[in-house]
Amino acid sequence: MAAVLQTFALNMHFGGIAATQDVSFRLERGARHALIGPNGAGKTTLINLLTGVLAPSGGRIELDGSDITGLAPHQRVRHGLVRTFQINQLFAELTPLQSVALAACERLRLGARWWQAVGRHRAVVEHSAGILERLRLADVMNKKTALLPYGKRRLLEIAIAIASEPKVLLLDEPVAGVPEGERQEILDTLAALPADVTVLLIEHDMDLVFSFANRISVLVNGALYAEGTNEEVARDERVRAVYLGEASHG
Amino acid sequence: MPEQRAISMLTILFDGIAYGMLLFVLACGLAVTLGLMNFVNLAHGAFAMAGGYLTVILTGRYGIPFLMCLPIAFVAVALLGAVLERALYRRLYLKGHLEQVLFSIGIVFMAVAAVDYAMGSQQQFMQLPEFLRGRIEVAGVGIGAYRLFIVVLCALLALALQWVLVGTRFGSRLRAAVDDPRVASGLGINVDRIFLVTFAFGSGLAGLGGALGAEILGLDPTFPLKFMIYFLVVVSVGGTTSVTGPLLASLLLGIADVAGKYYIPNAGAFIIYCVMIAVLMIRPQGLFARGSSR
Amino acid sequence: MITPPNHSAIIEAVAASFTHATRWRALEAAFWLLPLAAVLVFPRHYLLLNEIAILGLFALSLDLVLGYAGIVSLGHAALFGFGAYGAALFAKHIHADPLLGLAVAIAAAAALGLVTSVLVLRGSDLTRLMVTLGISLILYEIANQLRWLTGGADGLQGVVMKPLLGAFEFDLSGRTAYLYSLVVLFASFLVARRVVHAPFGLSLQALRDNRLRASAVGVPVNFRLTAIYTLAAAMAGAAGALLAQTTGFASLDVLAFHRSAEVLLVLVIGGAGYLYGGLIGAALFALMHDRISALTPQYWQFWIGLILVLIVLIGRERLVRPWTWIAAARAAQRTARTR
Repeated sequence: MAAVLQTFALNMHFGGIAATQDVSFRLERGARHALIGPNGAGKTTLINLLTGVLAPSGGRIELDGSDITGLAPHQRVRHGLVRTFQINQLFAELTPLQSVALAACERLRLGARWWQAVGRHRAVVEHSAGILERLRLADVMNKKTALLPYGKRRLLEIAIAIASEPKVLLLDEPVAGVPEGERQEILDTLAALPADVTVLLIEHDMDLVFSFANRISVLVNGALYAEGTNEEVARDERVRAVYLGEASHG
Repeated sequence: MPEQRAISMLTILFDGIAYGMLLFVLACGLAVTLGLMNFVNLAHGAFAMAGGYLTVILTGRYGIPFLMCLPIAFVAVALLGAVLERALYRRLYLKGHLEQVLFSIGIVFMAVAAVDYAMGSQQQFMQLPEFLRGRIEVAGVGIGAYRLFIVVLCALLALALQWVLVGTRFGSRLRAAVDDPRVASGLGINVDRIFLVTFAFGSGLAGLGGALGAEILGLDPTFPLKFMIYFLVVVSVGGTTSVTGPLLASLLLGIADVAGKYYIPNAGAFIIYCVMIAVLMIRPQGLFARGSSR
Repeated sequence: MITPPNHSAIIEAVAASFTHATRWRALEAAFWLLPLAAVLVFPRHYLLLNEIAILGLFALSLDLVLGYAGIVSLGHAALFGFGAYGAALFAKHIHADPLLGLAVAIAAAAALGLVTSVLVLRGSDLTRLMVTLGISLILYEIANQLRWLTGGADGLQGVVMKPLLGAFEFDLSGRTAYLYSLVVLFASFLVARRVVHAPFGLSLQALRDNRLRASAVGVPVNFRLTAIYTLAAAMAGAAGALLAQTTGFASLDVLAFHRSAEVLLVLVIGGAGYLYGGLIGAALFALMHDRISALTPQYWQFWIGLILVLIVLIGRERLVRPWTWIAAARAAQRTARTR
């Protein structure tokens, strides 16, 4: 099976602290892969390394076989590697329509167009409408992001990423802080992602992990501690030892 | 003659050091304000100007001895700083840097125009006491007595500041507040009061610096605008997390400026600006700063 | 695949939103009639009107950079002054045709903007403030030192322009000058308007709001910022050129710090981020300047300072868009009522 995203001995040091240790990791095409681990294990650091926000101290990253280790974040997005953020990173003054249209423009390579208005590009209009509809944001599409309720903002966070038509989607705790009533919308959206999109999910909520993913990697202190199918990882004694402490905190 | 060259180089070096020490006293208040309150106070020079003019008036019109005016300038401008902090600056800590810049530019404009109105736009001359005029011979090198006085006084001030910062409880509270105001106030440190005291103190130092500097830097209503960039260079190159950073930066700047103006009169002035830009490009947090939590 | 019944409705709604955003409002058309009407109503105030047009163009260029791209600049006068000197020197030494000189000045200012944009991309807001300030001070010093070229503190005098388009003399009343500046302003405005409504303009606003997310969406940060900075530099240079050409004079004042501060103030008065702020602010500012200077000529600086302080203390938003204050108050009332 072809690995769509792969890392080779990825390392990240901040001064004396090894945030990422020798991580060699592969994502199969179409996978629903979860990345779990205790707080401070380095999950978000790994995402930052994969997306180019951080430059690694050592190691290599390959997307679809080509080396992307030196590419800037926006270039990786153009190759189809997209992420969401654990804490919403939205455009406060823009509306959901504008935010999604922005992603659509960049996806359609129209971002540098400076003469024709956004609305005159039919492809952008249709693409944006589709995303807004699927993510149930059509009713608030003209409201400024700063004025939206939290649940809608979390949906928008994901909508922007999906509008980029990712090949590989890295979801950083998508339902973090979302009240019970509004979770389902997000979960439905995730379930409805096309099968050819590869998803890496960072989560603490084990119910979500087991229902969504079919492979799990466990990160502890920046290193890959365990990896396997849901059953394998659930049965692993060492993983339970690491998490028994976590379970009592919930 | 090589000997002459060596002597004039030493003189320039010494002048540069004096200039640098002066800049340090003037700018360190700004460094602390910026590092502590994350506030861009471009009006810092106005406090210096206030100290300078106050001293000129006291020595000129009321015949008060120069040395006595120095602590008076410090206290008076510190009080002015405290009042302004309470009344105005306090409301702006949470606003963005653009607002702070606009506000402080507004204060500068008002101060410059007010001083121009009250005192006229000509250069002011300071009445220095006899023993500070003239030159002293040290190993064949002529040293201005006044410059020597400045170097000694500012060095003592720098040492005192370092001691306060590192050796006292107030100093550690200040450093804690600079590093992370939220955590500091969570520890029971009265961050508000520290801001007030520090701002007042920094302004007072600026006033003292203005009084000291009138003779060397010149004093007229455009002082705050002329020297604004110098203070900013000291702060950007020296960083805001220590006393030694701005001190080293000021010395470098002082020596570079004096030497530049002497050896390359045409280019001297903007070597400083180029250095600043270069430093900011390479190390945005300053040459001598340690990383802070912000 | 079954298309849900409201899918096409959503597409229509999306298209309608975009059309609504870009359509010319009646208010806009009315706004642009004012400067033309001024020709009839204030025939003896061409000099002041010209000043407003030039300042408006300068502020418009800053709006693109600050209001739309979020780049804080304390040295925008560098580009303005570079254009002014460029036009003046070109007219004096090479050719005095106004449009040619304007083109040269625009190209020169754009080049300067392109080169210095590298310095503006990195670092925090504070770094940018200092770097842009530093650049304008460097330029001022250079102009001061190159006395043989720029006339130093005395300035470059005797810039006599040929008639515009070969037919319209720059007369003493200033009418040709004003209409010339107005046309250049309007043309630049049209370009700016196109840009902000296009995908490029949208990406700029995204960069302003959240640079991290913008790059995570595929926006090439440095390219876009460099592009807008260069475009804004060209516009600022055009404004400077207009000043030099219509007044026949260029001095160090065009590079001075107070010019950068004043254009910031103008934009703050009018409001950044909707293109008309710079124009409205320019009109208000120039009128204020005119009135106050007539009363207290030397102490104009004091009043600007006071206005700046008041604007910041009261709050830009509240002063400039009072309806946001009312909206926020109403929203607060609503939340209070639902508790």
